[in-house]
Amino acid sequence: MTVLRTLNLVRIYQNGGVPVPAVRGVDFTVAAGEFVAIMGPSGSGKSTLVHMLGGLDVRTSGEIWLDGKRVDTLSESAWAVLRRRKIGFVFQFYNLVTNMTVADNVELPALLAGMSPREARERREYLLGELGLTERAYAAPAELSGGEQQRVALARALANGPQLLLADEPTGNLDSRNTRDVLKLLGEVHGQGQTIVVVTHDAKVASKADRVVTLADGMIVDDASMRRRRFTPGTAGDVVELRG
Amino acid sequence: MRLPLLALLAKEPAHGYELKQALEQTFGSAYPSPNIGQIYVTLGRLEKDGLVRSVDVEQSNRPNKKVYFLTADGREALENWVDEPTEGPRVRDEFFMKLVLAPLTGIADRMALINRQRRHYLSLMRDLTELAERTDPGDRVALLLIEGATLHLQADLDWLERCQEDLVT
Repeated sequence: MTVLRTLNLVRIYQNGGVPVPAVRGVDFTVAAGEFVAIMGPSGSGKSTLVHMLGGLDVRTSGEIWLDGKRVDTLSESAWAVLRRRKIGFVFQFYNLVTNMTVADNVELPALLAGMSPREARERREYLLGELGLTERAYAAPAELSGGEQQRVALARALANGPQLLLADEPTGNLDSRNTRDVLKLLGEVHGQGQTIVVVTHDAKVASKADRVVTLADGMIVDDASMRRRRFTPGTAGDVVELRG
Repeated sequence: MRLPLLALLAKEPAHGYELKQALEQTFGSAYPSPNIGQIYVTLGRLEKDGLVRSVDVEQSNRPNKKVYFLTADGREALENWVDEPTEGPRVRDEFFMKLVLAPLTGIADRMALINRQRRHYLSLMRDLTELAERTDPGDRVALLLIEGATLHLQADLDWLERCQEDLVT
């Protein structure tokens, strides 16, 4: 089943009257349960693409279909409703609501999506538990480290049980340990059937995906399905040769 | 394996089997488990070069064992090794040769080469990621080694992107 589909998607910015094409005709399909990584040099249009997929940027031409419905023609307020119910978004810089506790940050999207307060609380407890943040539930975002804030942002994005999780460089700002925690949860929710589209520079993130789509100059130049190889090495000693 | 053995002997004299165990304990799964025969061959060469010496130690009910210790020359060789900067891994020049030459001969175009190489690096990255997940979190040495390999691979991928930006238009 197809969750997301774009047809000849184009985004052209105007820079002082000069048209600057950022995305130049992207045809792209994501099946339910698929984990897709989008890579490419900076300026290749990958962020613009994922922002359009979440309704955070407006396409110049082309079509976006989400869950069988055309969405690129929606008004801003209709997009807001759609995001509440069907899309989770994680950014490089967490964007948490600073004057709300961690728990409220995570519960809010669940409540907005129509869950009862009890369901929202249970969902929040589950997600924070999975991310090792149970004890931080009543802290303010500012009291958390960057890595913890990003984990909260991920919990928040998953709170409404979104059909589609979109992420823009979710580990761009994290050290290797926090990256590992974020990757672990992404792997877990993907295992539970979560559809994920993530823009990333980080090959560790991409290596978790089922598919890696590479953009250059606003166009798809490679679409590689990452089949699991039969050979998997046994220990670090087999992968890395120490000389001396 | 010469210099790691010298380093272990700088700590204390030891016989071959103790050195094998010390290597395993120090490097954990990061070091391909050394073969005891290889260790004895290396010790023999080090002795011939005057970097270690051995004494026979009597054991009850068993043949004598040879205990090796470091000589002054051995210590000097070890100090030189530690003091000199270490050659970093080289750029993957073979791929770069292909990238530069193949289009000239019409054998392949650059985008296809870059895409194939990227897929290869990503699948290596997947192996490393899985390996890191399988490695005992207490095995710091192995995890650091894997992280080093991961960072090199990330650099290779970044460089591939630069090649793509500059050579493919």
